[in-house]
Amino acid sequence: MPMIELSGVTYRYDHTEMAFDLTVDAGAFLTVIGPSGAGKTTLLNLIAGFERPDGGRIVLDGRDAAGQPPAQRPVTTLFQEHNLFAHLTAAQNVGLGLHPGLRLSSTQRDMVSQGLAVVGLAGFEDRLPRQMSGGERRRVALARSIVRDRKILLLDEPFAALDPPRRLEMVALVDALRRDRGLTVVMVSHLLDEVVGAATHAVFVQDGRILAAGTVDDFLAAPPVPEITGYLGTRPRPRAVPRAAKRG
Amino acid sequence: MNSRPTPGVLLPGAGAALALALLVGGALIGLLLAPEGAAAGRPWVDGYVLAVLRFTVWQALLSALLSVGLAVPVARALARRRRFAGRALLLRLLGLPMVVPTIVGVLGIVAIYGRSGLLNEGLGALGVAARLDVYGLSGILIAHVFFNMPFATRLLVQAWAGIPAESWRLASQLGMSGGQVFRLIEAPMLRQTAPGIAGLVFLLCFTSFSVVLVLGGGPPNATLEVAIYQALRFDFDVARVVVLATLQVAVCAVLVGAAGRLARPMPVDQTLAPPVERHDLAGVWSRALDAVAIAAAMAILALPLAAVAAAGLAGPVAAVLADGELWRAALRSLTVGLSAGLLAVALGWGLVSTSRELRARYYRRGAADRLELAGSLVLVVPPFVVGAGLFVLLRPVADVFAIGLILVVLVNALMGLPFVIRILGPPAAQVAERHLRLCDSLGIAGWHRLRLVDWPLLRRPAALALAVCSALAMGDLGVIALFGTPDTRTLPLLLYHRMGSYRMDEAAVTALVLLVLSLLLFVAIERGLGGDADD
Repeated sequence: MPMIELSGVTYRYDHTEMAFDLTVDAGAFLTVIGPSGAGKTTLLNLIAGFERPDGGRIVLDGRDAAGQPPAQRPVTTLFQEHNLFAHLTAAQNVGLGLHPGLRLSSTQRDMVSQGLAVVGLAGFEDRLPRQMSGGERRRVALARSIVRDRKILLLDEPFAALDPPRRLEMVALVDALRRDRGLTVVMVSHLLDEVVGAATHAVFVQDGRILAAGTVDDFLAAPPVPEITGYLGTRPRPRAVPRAAKRG
Repeated sequence: MNSRPTPGVLLPGAGAALALALLVGGALIGLLLAPEGAAAGRPWVDGYVLAVLRFTVWQALLSALLSVGLAVPVARALARRRRFAGRALLLRLLGLPMVVPTIVGVLGIVAIYGRSGLLNEGLGALGVAARLDVYGLSGILIAHVFFNMPFATRLLVQAWAGIPAESWRLASQLGMSGGQVFRLIEAPMLRQTAPGIAGLVFLLCFTSFSVVLVLGGGPPNATLEVAIYQALRFDFDVARVVVLATLQVAVCAVLVGAAGRLARPMPVDQTLAPPVERHDLAGVWSRALDAVAIAAAMAILALPLAAVAAAGLAGPVAAVLADGELWRAALRSLTVGLSAGLLAVALGWGLVSTSRELRARYYRRGAADRLELAGSLVLVVPPFVVGAGLFVLLRPVADVFAIGLILVVLVNALMGLPFVIRILGPPAAQVAERHLRLCDSLGIAGWHRLRLVDWPLLRRPAALALAVCSALAMGDLGVIALFGTPDTRTLPLLLYHRMGSYRMDEAAVTALVLLVLSLLLFVAIERGLGGDADD
């Protein structure tokens, strides 16, 4: 059953005319790859409701999303940066997912603590963002998406600034959340490598269009369009070739 | 462009812009429709008007050149020498003239450079017969340098901080001398920044009022603002006012149009780039040059203020403080200052909160810029013209002298508006840029957004804006000179009258009271409302 459906969605930005047709099944983990400026973030912004399409239809969880403000869509987003308010504690940042004015009941406060515990930050309630590492700040943002309890989780390269091991750890955490809670995940990333094992599907975006769509395995086995090879490069997958062989 | 039908966020800006349009537009219409305006029996521009225009331009040009010319070595010394005794004091002194009431600064300048001032005493002791006279062009220039050199220095220090650290590292690796650094790195930066700063100082001096009123010393030495005041106050010559105001608006509009750089953000604090090891500073000449620049800046700023303090303390303190008139005037000044400050911040917040939405949510950069430009309108339509217009407009329907203080608040709020927009605009835009999407996605809007996001992040710039505007309005001797009556005298006007009637002892104490109250008001708002220095 489709959770996200974009049909004939168009959007003009500056002089680029973007057009998206996309279906994401419930429970899928879709990764969006493509060069910078291709429209990956715009695609996510359209789904989240930050941008209004000029034409076409967006259906989320069986409901037409037209006219639905971002906060009412079944969507929660992790941005590239500034996911947290620097002047609010971890618990307050998570609590905003339950009430936009932070008026929380004691049950809701417990939910906040549980959310933090799920992402491995039990006891971090009173920490300010600047007292946490980059990875921990992303976990707080994930904890907020947990308490918001929306069916769709959008990630706009939120882990790009982390080191590779930390990045894989966060993707694994997102994947675990997806399986436990039946989420539908759409994640923008630059490389397929970092989502292998977690992502089920992939689309390739360039010049405001989706040029190819398929399973991650399809993409890895044989890139469906030559542009992907151009983007990813012709190098063999790192895992297939021992590191030493690349030298010399 | 795609725009969303959620106009709620645009209302504050629309309201503020409408209020501005009514105030300024109403004033201009009032001035143009004045019955006396049509029946002028002499040429529009006569010798007197031309003489005033010539003097206004000439003194503003010299003031701008002197202020920026002096600011360059001071800013350079501050950028080069990061550790010397009194550096913190100098940085503090550079911020002071913004808060010191003009009339108080002028009194201090008279005490130093006047006929019987410190400088002449010193010259006399050295056997020099020539006596300096502070009244006239020289005094105006000294005062304009006192008020604008620090401002220019702060802007230039910021410009110096904008030079990338790599340039300095490269310079030391290549073994550049101080002179070569200046020619190859600093001079090109100055060519980009100094003209804009000089233009801003020119504009401030072009519309200067109190300095010229007190130090002008006679009819030929008047700016257009002073001439407008005199035409209204003494001759009630509205036709002349219209001509003078039109000239002033025209020249300012040309200037503002020419210097699009004026809208650049004003440095809010004295933050400097992380220090970079400099290897071109050890030479004897470069040390001497910096030392002279620093000492000169200290003297220019500190001496008049010290003179005000000394003269005030030496005066009949008890008698003046026991005078009820002083405290009634002080209370009026505080009320005027706070009301004008609050109104300016309210109007400015309306414009800024809407312009940042236009920018971040609707991608309407042009509309946002125009909205903020509306707030800087008083740079083009100087406050005295607005005051004069409102005066003429309200004359038939109300006793202008009875509502004089309200007009003073309105005009001072307008004058503060550009400061509010410059101080509050950039941080407010940054908050929106960072958090708009997050707020939208979590449904944080309206009151919640103000309380949880904007207030904690913007209280410091908001407090600074309120403090600056309130202090400026409290110390203002502009429109109050037009509307003030013995019953509605503010502290600056009281001081002006005491100076005018040669009660200099009382004036000295009054000046010190005004200075202390202005500083207290500024510090109380900035610290009290802005909270402790945190992140």
